[in-house]
Amino acid sequence: MEIRTAFHKRLREIQDDVLAMGNMVEKATSRAIEALKERDLAKARQIIADDLKVNKMRFDIEEKCVQLIATQQPMASDLRAILGVLNIITEIERIGDHAEGIAKIVLMIGDEPPLKPLIDIPRMAAKVNDMLHRSLDALINRDAAAARKIASEDDEVDQLYDQVFRELLSFMAEDPKTITRATRLTWVAHNLERSADRVTNICERVVYMVTGKMEEMDVSRY
Amino acid sequence: MTNLASLEVKNLELWYGKFQALRNISFAIPRNQITAIIGPSGCGKSSLLRCFNRMNDLIPGAKVKGEVLFDGSNIYLANIDPSEIRYRIGMVFQKPNPFPKSIFDNVAFGPRVNGLGINLEDTVERALRRAALWDEVKDRLRKGALELSGGQQQRLCIARVLAVEPEVILMDEPCSALDPVATLRIEDLMRDLAKEYTIVIVTHNMQQAARVSDMAAFLMMEEDRAGILVEYSSTSEIFTNPRDKRTEDYITGRFG
Repeated sequence: MEIRTAFHKRLREIQDDVLAMGNMVEKATSRAIEALKERDLAKARQIIADDLKVNKMRFDIEEKCVQLIATQQPMASDLRAILGVLNIITEIERIGDHAEGIAKIVLMIGDEPPLKPLIDIPRMAAKVNDMLHRSLDALINRDAAAARKIASEDDEVDQLYDQVFRELLSFMAEDPKTITRATRLTWVAHNLERSADRVTNICERVVYMVTGKMEEMDVSRY
Repeated sequence: MTNLASLEVKNLELWYGKFQALRNISFAIPRNQITAIIGPSGCGKSSLLRCFNRMNDLIPGAKVKGEVLFDGSNIYLANIDPSEIRYRIGMVFQKPNPFPKSIFDNVAFGPRVNGLGINLEDTVERALRRAALWDEVKDRLRKGALELSGGQQQRLCIARVLAVEPEVILMDEPCSALDPVATLRIEDLMRDLAKEYTIVIVTHNMQQAARVSDMAAFLMMEEDRAGILVEYSSTSEIFTNPRDKRTEDYITGRFG
């Protein structure tokens, strides 16, 4: 017979909130790339406005965690789960900020003609979202092996970032008039690269929740 | 607050002879919630709880001033029958105190006395199920209650209270004689019971109050040792952001 059912129910609700928050941020990232591709300024503004909802959600989850710590004396894996969530929501929120950052770059670019068709940047975004989604699955399933695997995939994002950077550099070297536009696209790529690093941090926290050990994972080159 | 309140205390004062045990206590206990009364030893927690169903009447020299409103009417009015009150406001004590009778007879005791003896079997089963004890005892209802473990005995005492269909359950340190697992099981049961009943619990175990209650009242003694109500608020407020420095000091272990 399970005891402390009320407490464990509240803990599960918090995890559901984390998933919902992750979902909001995944959407923000993919919509930011859409806005970039489509030069859709209204969409970019909407992403910026929606980031406030992400921030609010983070505070709400944090508040619930504080309540549980103050009132429920969580122990062992329950305590690690709450501490893990507190760290993970900060990372998710920052990924949301990176998406917002991309949306702001979209506004700066305005209706300038595109420099080139976007290929690797959308790939980076898709990879970041895939990693984020799976890292939160690993959180729910308490799957340390999956978390380690996802963290190791950060290299792929770094490689794409290198590729994007080299390509944009070649545009700039050939024609200095492209420098402004190319630089803005490197900012976009940099935001995505940072998001992938944040996912790595989430994976570290999942491993801690499962094993109780702090493990540094896949130190990014950037 | 008032119309949602199950019990409301107004300017309550309690004396045991010349000793004043409680001073000017006023607060309202919401329906279908768990309200915890916390505070250092001797601050009057149990005395206050016992005012809610006139248990202090049984102590020679005890004198109550002020009002305890139950569903809006004062239970200390002269025409009120205290034993009637005690059925509607049941009580569970620190030590499990089953009668030296069978499990069945313990639960059936109240309904029999009250003449609610029709469908006694159903009443007993319902009360035992409600107290999360049925599955453990259904095959030995005629066995002695004293053969049960401490935690089971306490749940039996809760079933005994439930069998007379009270509206409020007062619990005076209900887990202090139980091991941690039995304690958590009672707490789980309390959460479940709060859907239908109003529960008031006195506990010296602050963590228990934090875990289980919705509202918390913090009592402490003044210099003449009379208990006063320092702070009354939602449990989350009391345990994360108390307004009164004395509450903060108590819950962070700086005194008491």
